[in-house]
Formats: sequence, structure tokens, C-alpha cells
Amino acid sequence: MDELLRDFLTETNESIDVVDVELVRFEQEPNNAQILSRIFRLVHTIKGTCGFLNLPRLEALTHAAETLIGNFRDGAPVTGESVSLILATIDRIKVLLDELERNQAEQAGDDRDLIEQLEQAAAQVSGAAPAAAPKVEQQKAAPAAPRRTAPAEAAPSAAEARAKADEAPRSSEESAESRLANKSIRVHVDTLEQLMTMVSELVLTRNQLLEIVRRHEDSEFKAPLQRLSNVTAELQEGVMKTRMQPIGNAWQKLPRIVRDLSNELGKPIELEMHGAETELDRQVLDLIKDPLTHMVRNSADHGIEDPARRQASGKPEKGTIRLSAWHEGGHIIIEIADDGRGLDAQRIKTTAVARGLATEAEIEKMPDAQAFKFIFTPGFSTASQVTNVSGRGVGLDVVRANIDEIGGTIDVKTVPGRGTSFTIKIPLTLAIVSALIVEAAGDRFAIPQLAVVELVRVRANSEHRIERIKDAAVLRLRNKLLPLVTLKSMLRLAEAQDETASAFIVVMQVGNQTFGVVVDAVFHTEEIVVKPMCSRLRNIALFGGNTILGDGSVIMIIDPNGLANAIGSSAAAQHAAENAREIEQRSEAASMESLLVFRAGSPQPKAVHLSLVTRLEEIDAKTIEGNDGRLMVQYRGQLMPLVMVNEDVRIKDKGVQPLLVFADEGRSMGLVVDEIVDIVEERLRIELASQRPGVLGSAIVKGQATEVVDIAHYLPLAFEDWMAWAGGRIERAPVRVLLIDDAPFFRNMLAPVLKAAGYAVTSAESAKAALALFEDGERFDIVVTDLDMPGMDGFDLTAAVRKNPRTASIPVIGLSSLASPEAIERGRKVGLHDYVAKFDRQGLIAALKEQTADIDCAA
Amino acid sequence: MSTSDHTIEYVTATIGGQLFGLPISGVQDVFMPERLTRVPLAAPEFAGMLNLRGRIVTAVDMRQRLGLPPVEAGKARMAIGIESKGESYGLLIDAIGEVMKLQAGSLESNPVNLDARLARVSAGVYRLDGNLLVVLDVDRVLDIGAHAEAA
Repeated sequence: MDELLRDFLTETNESIDVVDVELVRFEQEPNNAQILSRIFRLVHTIKGTCGFLNLPRLEALTHAAETLIGNFRDGAPVTGESVSLILATIDRIKVLLDELERNQAEQAGDDRDLIEQLEQAAAQVSGAAPAAAPKVEQQKAAPAAPRRTAPAEAAPSAAEARAKADEAPRSSEESAESRLANKSIRVHVDTLEQLMTMVSELVLTRNQLLEIVRRHEDSEFKAPLQRLSNVTAELQEGVMKTRMQPIGNAWQKLPRIVRDLSNELGKPIELEMHGAETELDRQVLDLIKDPLTHMVRNSADHGIEDPARRQASGKPEKGTIRLSAWHEGGHIIIEIADDGRGLDAQRIKTTAVARGLATEAEIEKMPDAQAFKFIFTPGFSTASQVTNVSGRGVGLDVVRANIDEIGGTIDVKTVPGRGTSFTIKIPLTLAIVSALIVEAAGDRFAIPQLAVVELVRVRANSEHRIERIKDAAVLRLRNKLLPLVTLKSMLRLAEAQDETASAFIVVMQVGNQTFGVVVDAVFHTEEIVVKPMCSRLRNIALFGGNTILGDGSVIMIIDPNGLANAIGSSAAAQHAAENAREIEQRSEAASMESLLVFRAGSPQPKAVHLSLVTRLEEIDAKTIEGNDGRLMVQYRGQLMPLVMVNEDVRIKDKGVQPLLVFADEGRSMGLVVDEIVDIVEERLRIELASQRPGVLGSAIVKGQATEVVDIAHYLPLAFEDWMAWAGGRIERAPVRVLLIDDAPFFRNMLAPVLKAAGYAVTSAESAKAALALFEDGERFDIVVTDLDMPGMDGFDLTAAVRKNPRTASIPVIGLSSLASPEAIERGRKVGLHDYVAKFDRQGLIAALKEQTADIDCAA
Repeated sequence: MSTSDHTIEYVTATIGGQLFGLPISGVQDVFMPERLTRVPLAAPEFAGMLNLRGRIVTAVDMRQRLGLPPVEAGKARMAIGIESKGESYGLLIDAIGEVMKLQAGSLESNPVNLDARLARVSAGVYRLDGNLLVVLDVDRVLDIGAHAEAA
């Protein structure tokens, strides 16, 4: 075929497909000028190229369509009919392109029917009389004539002229597009296919070499072979990338199909697409295009009920078909779900018996889930009317056969009256994956590395242990309980020995299930070429394929999903889940906080963290002294300033005056209250109120709205006073502290405390913000950080501070409410200098002093 | 009886004393299976998987398939390599026989008294002197029932 023609066909087919999709989008968003102008540009370009290549029929058709689209651009109203008309024109153009490809010449003929309709629609819309139509035609005839007589010269110049005229409306976006297009190159699919095969062979050969070298301890082949291995891996990755395409490509035509079906069947249907960017191998993509289309048609035709019936059952009038795609454990999962009437189990069972697929007796005992599988049998259709669309019953069996061919599986779930969903699972690529080779009962198996979290060797005295809960084996791994399965017993090869003494466990994670698999031995990891299981063995859920190892032997590849499912309902899993719940409850209990509830100045209760309060005192009111308007009391050999929570608090002039004493480093402050009510345990959730000084906010404490007092506000009042009174401080450049905590409560509480203790405090609300401050050149003498923070936690922050030579010498103190031995160990590992419990104000001040003493010494 | 007189070549083999034939057009090769990897949880008819010149072949134990007792241990077995729907299989047989040229017209349908287990996989029979040759229907041979895996 002529090179020019071939390029034209490829490009125009692509453009037409885009126009198709965009038109459907445009119909839903008629005010979207961007979509419209894109459509116009594409159609206009197609028209131009048709003219250039002397394809009058195509040119005339595109021209008519372009005129109508142009009218929309000029603000004409968009109607369903006009869009349908343009879509019909697009279809005709596709037919003409097909014929062109087959015969290498435009088929003789006329598109008067469509063109007339298009012109009429355009005319109505633009207000011009239909009489204008013939004039347009004549104009078309005129330029067509010279072109036919002098195709070579005239054509380029006509095209040029048109091109120049179009340059104006073209946005910069387009030129950017074309610049990008220059960076890509068209390659025939077969070429890539060949590359892929050769890379697979290369990988296998490399595996063989690795196997040989592995047996020789000392070999000069090792180094070059390692290099070869790396290069092969990169090559493999690169080639695989070339074949990956987003699944959206297979979904492209679907919005149009749904739209047309929707109109044809008189049912409003919406198509949702999620995960269109999920990538999969091009070969696989090609094979699932048709099955997907068929299933969407099925849903629209048989699944979604007509609007009246939907409304009657309380459903929204518009039916929804949802397509979703995502990656999971080395597969791509595609789901086609609808909110229609669901499958009728009874109907299916009856039809099965009628077709002789099962006897009455078998059907009687058959669970619905199994009966549904009959829909995949050839010729099975319970549709009472065979509609033009999909009732012919040739569909689902072909769908399943196609999916089988690529090593995938298809499953159906349904809820009567609510909807049906089909789930297709396809291996990601006929691919090369990294796998761990293990042994069970003398046979070797491959476990995809993707699903492997870690390997654990359990011995009698190790910190990881196998425990038995009511006969089910679980692994205790760092305070979590993981359900255990023994591979050889799962595969029914041998009985699991009762060995809690010593075992190799492969810890795997699939989705949010984590579990351990006991194996007899663990060998090495190997890059393997996954071959789909023989079709007749594909329904063994535990296997995801097989492969040939470097030594030539065939081994089975374990399917992590299959394992996870098998374990999911096992006793061990249930125990582990229970245990997890217990731990959660315990930590919830741990996050209960002790609060001191009191009244001061108003009947509404107030509260303060008990841990902040040093002592509760009741003093004789008579011992209270006043001085300069400030109140004080002789307390333990010192003068303790008294502070009122607010001006409504009346200090007693006789009798017992309750006080909350806050002491720190030998200095004490007494907070005057009316009445101490109670000490309670509550999970504190403060709703931050308006920024009133002295109040952190209010919270529900034991069912009552309670004001939570901000002690940080009062301490400086007392201390500053006192400090001034005591007569000056030691002159010293204040030590700069960087305080990091994601909870405003703690920042607000600690910062003033530290300031009052003489430090210059800067607060940061996250590890990231803290590191940014360092980046900006801020300098600090000490870092005090909360350890449990979302995102980057205190441990990671410490590691980062240590790593950076500029900040490596800065001491870091960690604050945490959990002080488990593991946490302390972790802290030591990352270089934490000290570890203080969160509410231990004294401890924090002491730790700061200790660290700053070092600084003083160093200075 | 049809009067077509073209001949078909058959690869023949014995399984449990019975003579079987496969049209040569459907036979890829005949080989000695080595290093069979068993497939856990598969139906007992599947003897395992093997690597034949880089291709993964699924081995089907014909004795199991026909419900016959297994061979004595240690006895070497041959395999007939066939293909079905793009996948490779190896039918494990007792012994390979000679290639026979038989008249297409002489193929008869299963006799009424043919053992049910043979009838299940047979595409017809040839009466040779004193012997019955059962022609194997590959699709039906491979139509192995529900496998051993329980829920």
C-alpha cells in the first residue's frame, strides 16, 4: 500500500476514534468549549487531509460535519439528534476508511443522505435558509474541479492555504502536542513481540548460567555474570514498559456504545470508569477488548431494568454500569458491575435442567453460587426475548474462552434486585517476575517476591515464636499474631508436623491480610518467566502458573491470592484477628487520659491533665498573703505565688482554700480553684474553642461539657512574676529548642513551659516542617520531638537529623506515650539522645538540662 | 458403510494390554518423559508437568484416565505428545506400537459391548485380525473430571 495512504489511514482512524469519544463527552458537557474546539480541530484536520489526498467523498462528508460543529462553536444549541447525526456521520466515515484500506481507493458512491441532513441541521441552527445549501455545494464543486485536473501542484497549495488560515485558531497547546509527537516513534507490534520473546530467552539462559555458577564457590564468572544479570534485568524492564498500555484504551469505545444502547433501549444508563490508567500488556489488552464490550452490552441489555421498574423498586431512574481496574498481586483485576436486577438463580437452574446440563436432583442440592457458573456455557441464555443486542447467547462462553486463553479467570457475583458484578483476573504480563524458591515435602515451589514481606527463622528461644491457640498455629512476630499455614499440608502433600521448635516461615502480605507460610526450606530468589497453568489445571486456586527454573525443572508458582483466600477463614486467622482486636482495645485504653476536674469561678466544670498537677493542696485561707496585688502563700519553706483561673474566682478569706499546685524545679505555683470535683479517666477530644487565653477548649468529660484549662497560660504568669521578684536570672544566651509535635494541644502546652524554663522555643507541627526549618538555615541547640506522628515519625526525623552533617551534633529528645522496650531500642538505633514520656514535664526539663549542660561544657 | 478409500496413518500404543491409535496428524512427537514435577491438588489423571525442549508439557497418565491399575514401579513409560488449544500434553502409555495405515472407511462406531471406560474416550474402533484398535478422541481424553481440590 502507498506509504502516504497507510499513514493517513492510521492517523485518521486514531483521530476518528478520539472524535467519537469526545462527542459523547461533549454531549454530557455541552458547555465545555475545550472539548468542542478539540472536536472541531480534529474534524477540520481530517477534512484537510482528505482534500490533500484527493478523497472527495470523505472530504464532502467531513466538511458537512465540520459545518455543523462550527455552528455549535458559534453558540448554537446542542441537541441529542444533532449529536446522533454527527455520530452517524463518524460511523459512515469509518466505513469509508475501511473500504479505502481494502481497495486502496475511495469507493464510488454518494453520501447525499447524511450530507443533506447535516446541512439541514446546520442551516436550521444558523438561521440561514436551506436554499443556501446548493450554493455551498457549488462552491465545493469549484475547488474540487481544479484539484482533479492538477492534483500535484494545486493540492499542496490548497492545503497550504487552508493550513495557514487555520493557524490562527490553533492554540499553543497544539504546537506543544506536535512537538511531543516528534519524540515518539511508531513500531510494529510484531517487532516488540519478537523483542519480548528474545528477552525471555535471555532471562532463561542467564538463569541457567547463574545456576551453574552458583555451584562453583569461587569463579571468575561471577562478576561478569552479575553485570550481565543487571543488564538483562534492565533490558527486560525496558521492553516490558514498551508493551504496557493503559486499559483506558480498551474502554475508549464504551461510552459511545453505552450512549447508543441507552437510546436504543430507552433506558438512561451512566457508565463510570475507574482506574483507566491501570496498565497492562498490549497483547492482553487486545484480547479483552471484545469480552469487555460484550459484558457491558449484557449489563445494559439484561441487567439494567427499564426506568419505570427501577423507580418502582426505589432505585434511581438512571442505571449505572461501573468499570473498575486495578493491580493486585501480579494480576490486573477488572470489574464490571451494574446496579440492575441481578441474576435470577431460579431461572438459571430451570434453564440448566432444560438444557440437560444438570439433573433435577443435582440442581436441588446446588448452591446458587455454583449455579451461576452455568451462564458461561455455550448457548445458555435465559433471555425471554433475544434482542438484537445480546440475547443470542453466544456471548459469555466466548468471553470465558478468551479470558482462559490469556491465563485469566472470570467470576460472577450477584444480589437479586440489586445488581451483578463480573470480576476478571488476568496475569499482569506474560511476564518475568522475581520469585522466592522454597521447598515443601521434597518439591520446590516459587512464591512471587511481590507478596513476600520477610523471612523468619523460628527456633526454640528466638523472640519470634509459634504459638498455638486452640489448636491453630499462629506466629508471634513483634507483638502481632499472624495466622500460620503449612505449605505442604495446604497442598495435601504431607501432614504438618507439630513443630513449634524450629521452622522457616515466609511472611506474606496480600491486600491487608498478613500471614505466615511454613516451609521446609528456603533457597534463593530467581527471576522466572511465568507461564500460565494448563487450562485444565487453572482452577486450582493455590497456583498462579508454572515456570522452568535455571536447572531445567518445572515448578509450580504459588498464587498469593489463592493462599490468602484459603487462610482467610481458617481458625488461625480468626484467632489472629481476635488478638489484633484485643491489642487495639488495649491501646484505646492506653489513650485514655487522667483528668482532674474542678470548679473555679463558675458552675461549669473545668479540667486539667492530672499529670501536669504536682499536688492538690488545701491551705488555710488565713495564710494567704497579699503583696502588690499579687497573692502568695508560704509553702514548704518558700513563697508560692497564687494565680486565679479567672477574675470570677474569689479567693477565700477564711477556711480552707483548695489549690492545684504546679511545681517545677523547686518553683511552685498555686492555681486557686473553688472546688476540686473529681479525677476521671477519659479519652480526651478537645474541640478547640475561640482563642481565649487560659482555655484550650472544651470537651465532653463524663458526659458533661467541660472547659479544659491551658496550664501553659498560667505558669508563665506565676513564674515571670516570681522570677522578677527573685531578682533577675543568670545571664546566658537562651538555648534554642525546636519543639515538634503534630498535636496543637501539646505544642501549646509545652512551648510556654519550656519558655518559662528559660529556653527559646520554636514550634513545628511536623517532621517535614522541622526539616524545612533546618533547610532554611535556622539553627537550634536541641530538638524535642514527639515520636508518634503521622507521616514522618520522630524516629525517622531523628535519623534524618543525624544524617545531615550540619545537624548531626544536635541532641534529640524524644517524647512518647509508649515506652516499650522495642521503642527504646529503636530510639537508640536512630541516635535518639533521650527518651521522655509525654506528660513527664519534670523529666523533660531534666533531660533538657542534661543535654544543655553538655552544650555548656562543649562551649 | 462409507466407500471412501483413503488411508489414515495412526500412531499406535498399548495401555493395559489394549491397543489404541491416534491419527498421526495430531501427534507432535513421541518421547521418554523425564523429571516429572507432580501437581499437588490436581486430579490423579494428571501425572505432572515436564520440560520438553523449553516447552512446559502436561503429562496425562492414560492408565489413570482409563481407570486401570498403575504400572509396576520402575517400569519406564513412553509419552505421546499432542497439542490441544495451543497447549502441549503428553499421554503416558505403556508401550509404543508401530505406525499403521488404515482405511478411513473401516472405522466403526463403538461396539455396544465396549467397556464404558474405553467408550468414554473413543472416537471409534478398527477391527484388526483378532484385535480391536480403539481410536482415541483427544478432546474427550483431556476432558478430565472435577479435580481433587475440595473447598
